[in-house]
Amino acid sequence: MSNFSTATSIAHNVASGARSAASVVEEHLQRIGQREEEVHAFNLVTSAEARKRAADIDARIARGENVGPLAGVPIALKDNMCTRGVPTTCSSKILEGWKPPYNATVVDKLFAAGAVFVGKTNLDEFAMGSSTENSAFGPTRNPLDTSRVPGGSSGGSAAAVAAGFAAVSLGSDTGGSIRQPAALCGVVGVKPTYGLVSRYGLVAFASSLDQIGPFSHSVADAALLTEVIAGHDPMDSTSIPKPAPSLVSVLGRGVEGMRIGRVADLPEGADADVLARLDAAFVALEKAGATIVDVKLPSLSYALTAYYLIAPAEASSNLARYDGVRYGNRVAANDMNNMYADTRAAGFGDEVKRRIMLGTYALSAGYYDAYYGKALKVRRLISNDFAAAYANADVILTPTSPTVAFPFGAKTDDPLTMYLCDIFTIPTNLAGHPAMSVPFGTGQANMPVGVQILAPTLGEEAMFKVAAVLESAA
Amino acid sequence: MIDNGLPEGWELVVGLEVHVELATKTKLFSGSPNRFGDEPNTNIDPVTLGLPGALPVLNQHAVELAMRIGLALNCTVKPSTFHRKNYFYPDLSKAYQITQYDEPLNVDGFLMLPGGVRIGVERAHMEEDTGKSTHFGGAGGRIHGSDYSLIDFNRAGVPLVEIVSHPDVRTAEQARQYVNELRAILVAVGASDAKMEEGSMRCDANVSVRKYGAELGTRCEIKNVNSVRSLGKAIEYEARRQIDVLETGGTIRQETRHWDETDGRTHTLRAKVDANDYRYFLEPDLVMLAPDAEWVERVRAALPVLPAARRTNLAVLTGVDEDSEAIAVVVERGQDTYIEEVKNSGGDAGRALVWVQQSFAEEGNAPRLPAKDLAALTVLERDGKLTATQAKTVLGDMLEAGGGDPAAIAASKGFEALDTSVIEGFVDEGIAAQPDAWAKYCAGEEKAMGALVGTIMKLSKGKADGKVVTAILQQRRGS
Repeated sequence: MSNFSTATSIAHNVASGARSAASVVEEHLQRIGQREEEVHAFNLVTSAEARKRAADIDARIARGENVGPLAGVPIALKDNMCTRGVPTTCSSKILEGWKPPYNATVVDKLFAAGAVFVGKTNLDEFAMGSSTENSAFGPTRNPLDTSRVPGGSSGGSAAAVAAGFAAVSLGSDTGGSIRQPAALCGVVGVKPTYGLVSRYGLVAFASSLDQIGPFSHSVADAALLTEVIAGHDPMDSTSIPKPAPSLVSVLGRGVEGMRIGRVADLPEGADADVLARLDAAFVALEKAGATIVDVKLPSLSYALTAYYLIAPAEASSNLARYDGVRYGNRVAANDMNNMYADTRAAGFGDEVKRRIMLGTYALSAGYYDAYYGKALKVRRLISNDFAAAYANADVILTPTSPTVAFPFGAKTDDPLTMYLCDIFTIPTNLAGHPAMSVPFGTGQANMPVGVQILAPTLGEEAMFKVAAVLESAA
Repeated sequence: MIDNGLPEGWELVVGLEVHVELATKTKLFSGSPNRFGDEPNTNIDPVTLGLPGALPVLNQHAVELAMRIGLALNCTVKPSTFHRKNYFYPDLSKAYQITQYDEPLNVDGFLMLPGGVRIGVERAHMEEDTGKSTHFGGAGGRIHGSDYSLIDFNRAGVPLVEIVSHPDVRTAEQARQYVNELRAILVAVGASDAKMEEGSMRCDANVSVRKYGAELGTRCEIKNVNSVRSLGKAIEYEARRQIDVLETGGTIRQETRHWDETDGRTHTLRAKVDANDYRYFLEPDLVMLAPDAEWVERVRAALPVLPAARRTNLAVLTGVDEDSEAIAVVVERGQDTYIEEVKNSGGDAGRALVWVQQSFAEEGNAPRLPAKDLAALTVLERDGKLTATQAKTVLGDMLEAGGGDPAAIAASKGFEALDTSVIEGFVDEGIAAQPDAWAKYCAGEEKAMGALVGTIMKLSKGKADGKVVTAILQQRRGS
């Protein structure tokens, strides 16, 4: 764990009057001033807004008001979450300059909890990528070694926390976009159960897979932030109609008697240093009183293929609205079809175009059954496999990423190599389950390694209990 | 064999697709008002405009209205899903339309035409409307070649139900009857105002022809039919066009054709080979729509008496033929319960039907004239105290004043029933004035009576009771 202040301690100190929200914000803005040019975690730093909000919080505390569980906590938002009047770009030229007229539900919840919003973070364009190299505004650098990627697609949000620019941040995870950069940057990253956190105002990549979740320095911060952003939202039809779970309270309970699944048929591809840390995690949990059980997930090896049909198929439809007609950039042309084509050709980067084409093809008449339809069947198989595995295990442990953070350009020539970064994170999204990455020591080049904890639907409680034990053993 | 107006041996086969806008307060997936005729782009929100991050939330009232339609059309309400229909067009804000595809809400129903012909209803599914484009300059109102286009998103996201019939329609008249009956049902259940002229009801016709007994022919879909009258004309034109093609050795190409009201023809809009690949897939932003049995039964129980049953009831009440124009019109206006009230107030339902049909076009389903007043008028008429002409004048005053005692109004106008002996005098004068008509009438030519009655009424300055005059004439002839 880093030596930056946690959200939990900031909120405590600000609420009790031991520190002012203003001083907390200045401390973080100062670090941004020192290192942001090098790291490029942000598409936009909202200093003035942050100072104003911090002053407001201090005034309210002075009046004796309860400003909420995130009192004065500086937070960064991935730039694919709508913020009223503040540009939301998805790191794409096609949305450059667009200002949403409304807030995402999570943004309203954070404000209501007293958080101070410091900026919009960089991402792979429309959250498509695993290194943040696909941003139209240039890559984000890993604060632990700026010759390396921070992971992606929420690389900016991971880097912002790792660099101390914000105490916590939000990312979105469609196939690993929170957990993988969390692992590569040495922070905690959580993808909650699909439907636990409202997607209203999250710019869609693949609607059936997307889920918002936190980055933090500590497991407790992640639990706190998840509690704040979770809960039913009538604006999102896929939102689970239940109140937010209580997670912070379970953290000290340990793993005594819990069954931790080890995947006997884990797909190959993880580096030895990563696997060594996974083994160490099993040892730590066993020592803490858990039982290690072998589980089989035979359809896991098909997950990546299924994902790269389902996610692009949905993306091809979700991204069709960027047509230059109503908002965003438009390239003028002599007729409608050329205007569409020229606008989209100029506005989207290569990876986005690749996925739109993949998805369009997968859904096309004559190909639907062989591609998209087959992928949906695989998706069901994966869910069935998980259901069988969770009959014997409370949670499952895998690596988060097959490797530690890699140098820039290492995987940009071959999209398939890049796609393999998400081999261990993708199955969770297909199943709609929760999963999180917890830093657990270091591997090659002294870069951090994350261990991934997978749990069944709404199994956040068990997942966080395990995470807390790993955190203290790391 | 049914008379379809086509050359000998040819059978017409038509299936109808009717879109209706539901009469909800708000849109299908957002809280913006569903209101026709407002200032453009005022009933909009992030969902309607397809802004990034916006998500649809299904309008429960729209589901209820869709179920009313399905149940009124004898459909089964089933668990259903929504799909995305993907295509690019400027007035389609998300570049996909949310629509029910392979699992619609209502399936397997039917509609009985007034004449007793049963038209199968394959499905009645929910979907959202698009925005409305208007193209300026250039070529004939199309986007291609226009100088610029304006889009109004007020209509985008308005809830629609598409009612798809089986190809059971065999004549243009049946098609007209189907649409009229459907409209009556939609209005009766409160699902839609179903106005074709305002676009809240739109009808496409799938038309094909075949020799009796042959396999189904290739169909063409006819669009842009904006009235029931045009629907009949378009079907008749299209059937003859197809027969001409087939009889001269050609083949019918499956295509979408555009009905042109000005030249009375259909024109190729796009061939099937040019059709979009809509890449339908399950809408991941919505969950399954599965109304529980309790909800379905509640909606079914709350359905009003449907037009067909109301026509039967009114026919029984008035003694008028069920298929008559008067019955159809009065039921369509929702004035049948009013006639029932007239009858219950001691009035003559048959005469009331005549007056309501003739004079209550602007009154709506709750006429201002108290039923007891119209009842009193019909009694005066029935008892020969007022002629039809006098009654009409009295009714005019009553409607204007919103009520009144018809006897008092008649007295104030000097209307009094003429004594039979006085009428006998006018009959004598009339026969004397029309000797030819009288001769013909006596020879059994019933039509000749019209001229005689007309003359006699004129001589009496409209004060003679037509029924009494007729009776005297018949008596004199000895029939």
